[in-house]
Amino acid sequence: MTGNRVLLVSAMVTLAAGTFVFRLIGPLLRSRVEFPPLARRLLETAAVVLLTALVATTALTQGHEFAGYARPAGVAVGGLLAWRKAPILVVVIAAAATTALLRLAL
Amino acid sequence: MTDMRSAWRTLDPDLLRSIALICGSVAMVGVSYGASAVAAGFPLWLPVLTGALVLAGSSEFLFVGITAAGGNPFAAVAAGLLVNARHVPYGLAVPEVIEPGWRRFLGTHLMNDETVVLALSQPDLVRKRAAYRLCGLGTLIAWPLGAFLGSLGGTQVRDTGAFGLDATFPAVILALILPALRERVTREAALVGAAVALVASVYLPAGLPELLALSGLLIRFVRA
Repeated sequence: MTGNRVLLVSAMVTLAAGTFVFRLIGPLLRSRVEFPPLARRLLETAAVVLLTALVATTALTQGHEFAGYARPAGVAVGGLLAWRKAPILVVVIAAAATTALLRLAL
Repeated sequence: MTDMRSAWRTLDPDLLRSIALICGSVAMVGVSYGASAVAAGFPLWLPVLTGALVLAGSSEFLFVGITAAGGNPFAAVAAGLLVNARHVPYGLAVPEVIEPGWRRFLGTHLMNDETVVLALSQPDLVRKRAAYRLCGLGTLIAWPLGAFLGSLGGTQVRDTGAFGLDATFPAVILALILPALRERVTREAALVGAAVALVASVYLPAGLPELLALSGLLIRFVRA
């Protein structure tokens, strides 16, 4: 058990250190290398593309499978409200409530 | 402390509410994270300490899940790192939010989906940095604290599905990137990327589909 615990903690510290290095690379690289304006714009677009993909995968999938209709429906309602400039509190409550109610109903 | 006070003054009430709300939902997901880790047989301190040191939710769920299922801990690390590789493009996109000097270390640690999307949504450097810092410190407290409460609460609070909490993360991120998606080229790249990620998620391990979404950027060159 003690051996297991040492292994578990060293694995966790490795994950933390590796994640920190990933976080460090971008700012470090940008402070050393001057990127032309087009590349800078591309990099900012890259973050939006990543975040959109994250929205799509977390809204629609669970593991390798479809997450069911309730969650994407909630996200869609939240997105629609955000598009109509609703406050973020309303967006979040509407998304959670839609999903929860659909789960009750289905 | 003076920094925190000037952050409060810099940020408009709407944004402060967003940050509070984000930290609240992070804490609630943290509760389910702590509860499922303890239910899987891990000691209470593990999800709390991991939460503070890794500070990247989805990779921690994966790490705990794989280890609990009897997988090799270093295979779990590899899976977690794959999920966290998106921090490289995040840092390339918004390097200016990391403040110089002694704050650099903490600022680097605070980089996550929520802080990056908030920074992107702000119009100028002062507000980008203030939003990033406040949301980052908030999640640094909320995530391990939620994990701690969940570990104490045990199995009763494991199911976030019943309250629809699993819909709040994508909804918040979506709400915050909508303004950036008004620009046509960005929107097209994002939609192509999302489609690529969805198809890829059927076959590939977590983390990789989002990275493949970056291929959507190629549309910039097709259009240009």
